[in-house]
Amino acid sequence: MSEYVRENERTLADRVRHTLKNFGLPRLIIAAFLLLMFIVAPFTGVNFWGQITNVLNRFSWNAVLVLAMVPMVHSGCGLNFGLPVGIIAGLLGATLSIEWGFAGPLSFVMAIVIATPFALIFGVAYGWLLNKIKGGEMMIATYVGFSVVSFFCMMWLVLPYKKPDMAWGFEGTGLRTTFPVDKYYGGVLSNFLRIDLGRLVIPTGALLFFALLAVMIWAFLHTKTGTAMTAVGSNPTFARAAGINVDRIRMLSVVMSTWLAAVGILVYEQGFGFVQLYNAPFNMALPAVSAILIGGATANKASITNVIIGTILFQGMVTMTPTVMNGLINLDISEVLRVVVSNGMILYALTRRTEATR
Amino acid sequence: MSNQAPLLELKNIKKDFFGNQVLEDINLTLKAGEVLGLVGENGAGKSTLMKILFGMTEIRDTGGYGGDVLLNGQKVSFNSPFDALEAGIGMVHQEFSLIPGFTATDNILLNREPQKKSAVSEVFGDRLNTLDRREMKRLSEEAIEKMGVRIEGSMQISDMPVGHKQFTEIARELSKEQLRLLILDEPTAVLTEQEAEALLDSIRGMSKRGIAVIFITHRLQEILNVCDKVAVMRDGVLVKDVPAAETNVTEITRWMVGRNVEGMAEDQRQAVGGEVVMSIRKLWVDMPGEIVRNVNLDVRRGEILGIGGLAGQGKLGIPNGVMGLYPAGGSVTFDGAQIPLNQPRKCLDSQLAFVSEDRRGVGLLLDESLEWNIAFPAMQIHGRFLKSKLGGAVKWRDDRAIREVTAKYIDELQIKCTSSKQKAKELSGGNQQKVCLAKAFALEPKFLFVSEPTRGIDVGAKALVLEALEKFNREKGITIVMISSELEELRQICDRIAIVSGGRIAGILPASCSSEEFGALMVSSVV
Repeated sequence: MSEYVRENERTLADRVRHTLKNFGLPRLIIAAFLLLMFIVAPFTGVNFWGQITNVLNRFSWNAVLVLAMVPMVHSGCGLNFGLPVGIIAGLLGATLSIEWGFAGPLSFVMAIVIATPFALIFGVAYGWLLNKIKGGEMMIATYVGFSVVSFFCMMWLVLPYKKPDMAWGFEGTGLRTTFPVDKYYGGVLSNFLRIDLGRLVIPTGALLFFALLAVMIWAFLHTKTGTAMTAVGSNPTFARAAGINVDRIRMLSVVMSTWLAAVGILVYEQGFGFVQLYNAPFNMALPAVSAILIGGATANKASITNVIIGTILFQGMVTMTPTVMNGLINLDISEVLRVVVSNGMILYALTRRTEATR
Repeated sequence: MSNQAPLLELKNIKKDFFGNQVLEDINLTLKAGEVLGLVGENGAGKSTLMKILFGMTEIRDTGGYGGDVLLNGQKVSFNSPFDALEAGIGMVHQEFSLIPGFTATDNILLNREPQKKSAVSEVFGDRLNTLDRREMKRLSEEAIEKMGVRIEGSMQISDMPVGHKQFTEIARELSKEQLRLLILDEPTAVLTEQEAEALLDSIRGMSKRGIAVIFITHRLQEILNVCDKVAVMRDGVLVKDVPAAETNVTEITRWMVGRNVEGMAEDQRQAVGGEVVMSIRKLWVDMPGEIVRNVNLDVRRGEILGIGGLAGQGKLGIPNGVMGLYPAGGSVTFDGAQIPLNQPRKCLDSQLAFVSEDRRGVGLLLDESLEWNIAFPAMQIHGRFLKSKLGGAVKWRDDRAIREVTAKYIDELQIKCTSSKQKAKELSGGNQQKVCLAKAFALEPKFLFVSEPTRGIDVGAKALVLEALEKFNREKGITIVMISSELEELRQICDRIAIVSGGRIAGILPASCSSEEFGALMVSSVV
């Protein structure tokens, strides 16, 4: 009898452990931490609804960049540390659209239109490279991102941009590191159908835009080609034996990721209100990577749910922590915390990366 | 001499890998200076037995072994190959373990070099001793001398022909003074005839010096030439242990392949006299370890053709080459049309299908559901299980159709699973194999290659898999080419059996032929 009970206990403990393992300890800790922040917030005199608004805003700016991880993860190219490649395409779209005199919402549409061919070209080149170095994608991608950003640091100075809103004041040539987009597409999505409840403001347009892209990706993954993409990521040899052109599918996924990154940075800018050039794209890849990892993705499996949960958790933590901490102890450790969590999360995910089982 | 305990005695050696019995009650004795020839088909348990003898750690990691190993009457139990070396057992593996950029002398004495003290080493310790080159040269020459061949000690391994590498490896073992028993695992496989002859001579030489030798080979004539005793293993059992002088090649082959042959032929169908559906000409395939050199083969419509042969002779290369998974050349025609090689898609479009021997690597999406595994190729190749949306612009996955077809095959092939959504990696080997078959069946092919369909699965699943294949052939008239290392299994369901040896088809026989005939073909041109 006692033995039976012990047996039962063990299975229960096992089950708890199993559930924990599936959910992931870091994700659990971060979720609990965020929850704690929300509970503590009202006592520190922080405006609770204002914080919710903040989180929603940050989510709407960043979600598309996180979504850009999904295609490459599905095709087995790993986490897209080369996100800056797509971001540069987006920045080219943004600056050219402004340079050529488009304004208002049209400048946003034109920025996407102009960014698209760049994203395609960059994506094909980037994909070609990644097909050459199968197995080492993530490291190479990191360096590709670095090189592209550095190269464009020169380009932003050299390219003949003339628009006074963007160029350096003294010389009239070369782009500034940061410039506002309020005259162009600042808030075009966020303010569209915005719901203003006083203290709580919902950026409906930006959320809808993300939803649209997310549904498109979800739908794509349900098509024949999308299914092939998942299979390529799961076992490339199996896919090849089933007559799939593995390289072409991987290329497609890289192009998709790159294009999504280009659109993602434009969405970010319209919410944030500024275009950031030069070294700024460096700082976009790691938060996006760690967000999708916190959301429960692994290096070769990611879903739209992972994107949504991850972005909320990551951005929630980044926005909540500083304000609550400030209210509590008058100490701003937000930046430190952000760096620790985002890098720690990536490290954690990569060390326990489960390669497709062989 | 005779009243002394034998050099080596194996008593009731047993070994199982996770409940799968691979060795049963092996009893063997070997006297000093005796040469034992050990033969058996692949998987008969030869290597496992040698691993036990040599103290390989994988034996201990998988639960150890039963029975006793006695050396000079003393019970021994080696925890690692080092213990075995200490006790005077040497082993030469099939794959060379030599350093290419070093000379023969360096390799022979590696880490056992005679050393000289110097002023520096007096101060800083023995690690800084210098090598005694002259003594090294003498020792290595002595070891080479023992084999009775001529190899230049100062020659670099990378410059040597394959045979000399093999001799160097043996010389390394011989240079160990305590060596009493030498195990040679297929040493002649890579040698030319003259080199092999020289090696056999050196074995005789060792035996005269009182070193016992266990000699594993597929070349039976060599065994008769050099060995005192022959031990034949089959399915983990030592079936024969006789003096070499009292037997011959035919007899050994029969023991190797098994005698329970009579009665098998009853079930023979009328040999299918149909027309040739696939003809393979001058096929070569560059598949590592299974090189196909020149295969000419005709497959008749509606038959089950078996392809057998020893491991490494190229039988697996044939389907992998035809299906475009490994670089290949030559010509393959199917149904009158040429099939381009090296393009998997083209073969699949011509309604050929392939169940790979590499279940986990090629055959399955381990991290995906059974539904995906079974339906995926059919979806991608023939566009089945898809719904057209938006006027055909989008091909949407039809999850319901996929579930239905999966349920059908789960039922038909009795795949044991919790649901069709279960991940493939969670199934047992036998059930995974059934999923692979279901995947191929779902393609509704006209022609099916099945490679090693029963490897590593238990007896019950084996019978089911074979039955399913037979049924698929009989009921739907699908031509099947089945590749297997188990001759008995081929004889159970095949109409004709082609035996591959040395990358070529050594011959094609009806399944009713005797095992000796097949055995003779298997070893006819072994490389």
